[in-house]
Amino acid sequence: MTLHLLNKTQQNTALIERMLSTLSDGDQILLIEDGVYNALPHSESWIDSKDLKQSTYALVCDIEARGLSSRIRTDIEQVDDKGFVRLSCEAEKVVSWF
Amino acid sequence: MKFSIVIQSSPFTSQSSSTALRFARTLITEGHELFRVFFYSDAVLTANALISPPQDEQSLPVEWQALASEHNLDLVVCIAAAVKRGVLDTNEQKRYEKNAQNLENRFELSGLGQLAEAIAVSDRVVTFGG
Repeated sequence: MTLHLLNKTQQNTALIERMLSTLSDGDQILLIEDGVYNALPHSESWIDSKDLKQSTYALVCDIEARGLSSRIRTDIEQVDDKGFVRLSCEAEKVVSWF
Repeated sequence: MKFSIVIQSSPFTSQSSSTALRFARTLITEGHELFRVFFYSDAVLTANALISPPQDEQSLPVEWQALASEHNLDLVVCIAAAVKRGVLDTNEQKRYEKNAQNLENRFELSGLGQLAEAIAVSDRVVTFGG
């Protein structure tokens, strides 16, 4: 299982498509930095079209830093920095998309 | 678990170099080992001792230096990327006949072999870029 780190917004469609094309079953995605904007409710979200809400996480300090706490999707789990480290340990490798 | 961190981003252009610092602190606090931090591409600017941000802003060179001192970390800066961007230690200052060196204490200029070794011996390698 691989942990994918995404730090760019949903406007970076080519980057996100490349990430999605490499996903295997059981892989997890952690949204960090501007990547947390992907966890806002969007009408055409890749998280829904690929049914990835169970395997996607978002870094809570980056959500708070952007004032998005009350707007972020409630079906995406938020993790703190300890959770970031834990997810990295649980995965066999960590791949960054930026 | 043994971690290494690779940083590719410039200290002030994006958030990722400060995310890397936070991740490093957290993994150490959680009892993991940080084998090496490798500064590559524009991230070599993080080792510039002349960086002087305003007092209310984070100074990444100083914070990495403090973390390295506290936990005896190995902070390796890609030598080719650093020299090209004007980050020199005493050896490179002499080699290129420049009038100053500016590599922050605790950082070391070295080659990609250090990155290869870090990848080979670490359980996890986490890259911060963009």
